[in-house]
Amino acid sequence: MELHNFTPVPALVGGLMIGTAAALVYAMNGRIAGISGIAARLLRSVPGDTAWRAMFLVGMVGGGALLFHLRPALAVHEMQTGWWGLVGAGLLVGLGTRLGGGCTSGHGVCGIPRGSTRSFVATLTFMAFGFATVFVLRHLIGGEV
Amino acid sequence: MRATLFVLPGALFGAGLAVSGMVDPAKVVGFLDLAGAWDPSLAFVMVGAMASFWFLTRLLRGRTAPFLGGSFPPPPSGSPDRRLLLGSALFGIGWGRAGLCPGPAITNLAHLELPILAFVGAMLAGMFAAQRLFGADR
Repeated sequence: MELHNFTPVPALVGGLMIGTAAALVYAMNGRIAGISGIAARLLRSVPGDTAWRAMFLVGMVGGGALLFHLRPALAVHEMQTGWWGLVGAGLLVGLGTRLGGGCTSGHGVCGIPRGSTRSFVATLTFMAFGFATVFVLRHLIGGEV
Repeated sequence: MRATLFVLPGALFGAGLAVSGMVDPAKVVGFLDLAGAWDPSLAFVMVGAMASFWFLTRLLRGRTAPFLGGSFPPPPSGSPDRRLLLGSALFGIGWGRAGLCPGPAITNLAHLELPILAFVGAMLAGMFAAQRLFGADR
């Protein structure tokens, strides 16, 4: 198999930073740092359970902004689809993560290490559908996407 | 306010996404494209994140409560149901289409670009709709 653009060291370092951040949240207030849940629960705010979510998201944007500024090479983000594709995909991601109760961070980063069967099955499912979607778009109907 | 402290793990999370390269949809799709020029980087991100979360939360085992109040959640229980499978499948389709999941999409708001805003706006609308139509998740 041919490997392209493989960057194992930054990937591992970035992963350690992400896992450490999620563990910090757990240590601070016992919550699972699933980004879809943190964002979605801002939309139906419960008194006393909103400010930390907003602050965490502000930090996520700020941490990204800082790194993009310091290391412009990290700011590369090549969109894979146009407006309608982005809006359709965004709706699916929003709807799907709320029905499924989590995303890559809540189910993958936190749920699997906690030994959650639901998170394990959810992660296998969204990975499988991610693989299948890219296969269909790139190799069955798309050609060059 | 204690809530302000959560800027710090948020910033570490966002910086980690940037360092890992997962903020680039092309890199995410490169991982999902098994039949093409495969880039296994995302798997290394997940292994690093899961291992560090596992190890660090293990260190907290002796504690009865988190440092800033609240309580630790009970051990995970319950088995997968249709809602979990359907939701995760829909999420996977959207993730494969755009190469964006919620974390990287939010961190990419730092670019202040309309396509990212459109994705995040649609994502929040989808979350809102799901909560309205099907009730909050557990």
